[in-house]
Amino acid sequence: MKINVNGKEMTIDVTANPSLLEAIREQLDLTGTKYGCGEGACGACKVLVNGSAVPSCITPAVSVQGKKVTTIEGLETDGELHPVQQAFLEVDAFQCGYCASGMIINAVALLDKNSSPTKQEIEDAMNGNICRCCTYPKLVEAIYQAGNQLA
Amino acid sequence: MKKTLKSQIHSYPEQYELHQQDIIRGPITRRKFFKRMGLGIASFIVVSDVVSAEIMDHLDPSLAEDTIASWIHIDESGKITVFTGKVEVGQNIRTSLAQVVAEELFVEVGDIHLIMGDTDLTPYDRGTYGSLTTPQMAPILRQAAASVRELLKETAAKEWSVDTGGLQMEKGIVFHPSNGKRLSYAQLSQGKKLFQQVNTQVAVVPVSSWKIAGTSVPKVNGRSFVTGNHKYVSDMVLSGMLYGKILRAPANGAKLKTLDASRAEAMEGVTVVRDGDFVGVTAPDSPTANMAMAMIEATWDRTPQPSRNELFDYLRKTAKNQPEPKPEVTNALNQASFKLDQTFTIDYIAHVPLEPRAGVAEWKGEKLTVWTGTQRPFGVREELQKEFGIPKENIRVIMPDTGSGYGGKHTGEAGIEAAKLAKAVGRPVKVSWTREEEFKWAYVRPAGVIDVRSGMDSSGKVTAWELHNYNSGNAAIQAPYTIAAKHDQFLPSDTPLKQGSYRALASTANIFAIESQFNDLASENGADPLAFRLKHLQDERLSNALKACAEKFGWDKPREKGHGFGIACGAAKGGNVATCAEVSVHPETGAVKVLRLVTSFECGAIINPRHLEGQVIGCVLQGLGGALFEAVDFKDGEVLNASISGYRVPRFADIPVIEVVLLDRKDLPPAGAGEAPIVAVAPAIRNAIFEVTGKKINRLPMLPSGSIIV
Repeated sequence: MKINVNGKEMTIDVTANPSLLEAIREQLDLTGTKYGCGEGACGACKVLVNGSAVPSCITPAVSVQGKKVTTIEGLETDGELHPVQQAFLEVDAFQCGYCASGMIINAVALLDKNSSPTKQEIEDAMNGNICRCCTYPKLVEAIYQAGNQLA
Repeated sequence: MKKTLKSQIHSYPEQYELHQQDIIRGPITRRKFFKRMGLGIASFIVVSDVVSAEIMDHLDPSLAEDTIASWIHIDESGKITVFTGKVEVGQNIRTSLAQVVAEELFVEVGDIHLIMGDTDLTPYDRGTYGSLTTPQMAPILRQAAASVRELLKETAAKEWSVDTGGLQMEKGIVFHPSNGKRLSYAQLSQGKKLFQQVNTQVAVVPVSSWKIAGTSVPKVNGRSFVTGNHKYVSDMVLSGMLYGKILRAPANGAKLKTLDASRAEAMEGVTVVRDGDFVGVTAPDSPTANMAMAMIEATWDRTPQPSRNELFDYLRKTAKNQPEPKPEVTNALNQASFKLDQTFTIDYIAHVPLEPRAGVAEWKGEKLTVWTGTQRPFGVREELQKEFGIPKENIRVIMPDTGSGYGGKHTGEAGIEAAKLAKAVGRPVKVSWTREEEFKWAYVRPAGVIDVRSGMDSSGKVTAWELHNYNSGNAAIQAPYTIAAKHDQFLPSDTPLKQGSYRALASTANIFAIESQFNDLASENGADPLAFRLKHLQDERLSNALKACAEKFGWDKPREKGHGFGIACGAAKGGNVATCAEVSVHPETGAVKVLRLVTSFECGAIINPRHLEGQVIGCVLQGLGGALFEAVDFKDGEVLNASISGYRVPRFADIPVIEVVLLDRKDLPPAGAGEAPIVAVAPAIRNAIFEVTGKKINRLPMLPSGSIIV
């Protein structure tokens, strides 16, 4: 099956009916997207599908045919970090970093719709993403800062 | 199931922490080398006289741990490599250790490259636990780095026929301030191993002069995490690698009765591996491995196993020893004018590391390499040694920076499983646990029952104190207060679920009981809970933490209607912490909202203020989960809520206003910080709920339904 990931047309084998997560990680070696729970409840596996953040672990790969998929690896442009990535780096929010990709992807989707969210709006929009190191206040700060930069 | 505790400890390496009160005093390396070295006088010979020409591509196993080369190497390009058996699971020690080394060597943090947790490259290390990295590893690396610094100076001084005294260093260069001569570290060391002993008498840069340590250096490899480039073990792919899945029993204690794997075996690319009750499959991709596993038909013999509804009785009933009252405490209790006797219960909770266990294994002939996210790479090497009966020299365990642990990854299950499959199929294999496997087959924080009896005289002085802890552990079991007659005892029990280490371990349970009981005594005395604590507290550091927290929080401020304030404190793993909580309780529904948590923390001299603040925030919010709603539910030996949707962890919506006060004691050696700040959260919230409602909630979690009524 043809699949458009990070602006490139690629081919994946869907014989074993992989999830989108399995396909991008194992067939395209885009391992920035993580497995966390397998039921769309933790946000670690989020990718953008036509601009919306979706949990790739419960998304069948066959369902994204003809759509544009963006993973964490696709956010950089010409070696420049996306402002959300930059803000997370500046705030130095992460501890183990395993939630980072899903957090950043979800924050990008949020800021695309609402570039200057309040802290309450950030908490509401990010509630599907878990950081088990519980760096939440710093994550809110980073997203707030990225919003200010984008606005 | 009816194993003795001793045999459980033997078979579960993650349990060794349970019995220890203060592991800070425990040994760090097998040679206890600092103690030994402290007796000798180190003498230096200049580099060119002693170094070998060997390239530092692997650690010579015979290399003594007291040689500089075990810890630090400068290669021919001047790159500085530091070797430590400690591992990175999000505590940001890769950064803090680089800071202390950079400080001693007068280079930038970016010039330091750390190799961590690789059994072939790093000195033996018992494991990354107990908040020991900062108090034990940082001083070793500081001394090793300072020894390198002095050695480089001596070499330059000899070269220039001058005294070392006048020489200066900056950015990887030794220079003479007046004659203009300069030599780089690379020129001086020529990429050779430094076989000299670490000089334990060497002067390290005093904390008061720190320029790099003590500052908020950002996470050293931060960029690789925000770009998704960092390879966790679960991301690794080796050439020819297969994906493995393991057949799991339906419950603890179940034995495999029948197995029909014929349909799985018939699948293309699938191999079924069986060794007794161990059954696994390998396949070229994980969807195929999952399908193959689903096609295996297995039946099991189950044995009766305990359930959660009998947990606390079970822990009492199966206690290995009986409580031994102390006569002087019994007497003091009898004489007390007021007595308080309470029981506290603590449920099992799960670590839920966001990266579930993963292992990749590769055999080359008799040599085995395993990559796995473990807090004890050398411990996993021992486990593999036992499993396969091969010498440890043939086993290499490597731990890339891993998706968190919190004490939950002291073992190496996924790595061992991958190695068994890899051996059977003759190809590298990766085993990544699912979330369900992580909940069911990892281990949990011990559950416990804690009985506390106290007596107080008519003046409001606590005169008698007795605490019995069933099963949850010994850490911080001693109340920090001055009480004339005191007794505490840890009573190990049989554990229905496999249990082990956890962030701060039993400190959370013991301090919950101690701080709740002490608060209730204050209340009975009509005393202010803060003043009552301070009156009974002689420890200056803990008193200071309490006062700083109360001040920042505004302890004396009037409470809004329906709001309560609570306070608690504790000392654990060398850190002193206090937390104040503000809660509101809905007058009709009883719904509790935690509005504000202020935590003060003092762990000696601060190495990285921003990362320390992050650890405190992380502890406080993770502690909020265990305080309010986290609990592992189980029936007949089977975990019932083995999913993220079934086991609630704190989320964005749960965060109250969080404030942190860091007390920097430059005059005291730095202690670890990844654990202690978790301990005061639960009792502070409990005491705040008590203040506003008069209701004593003596269980963890306190509010699984969110309300004090249900």
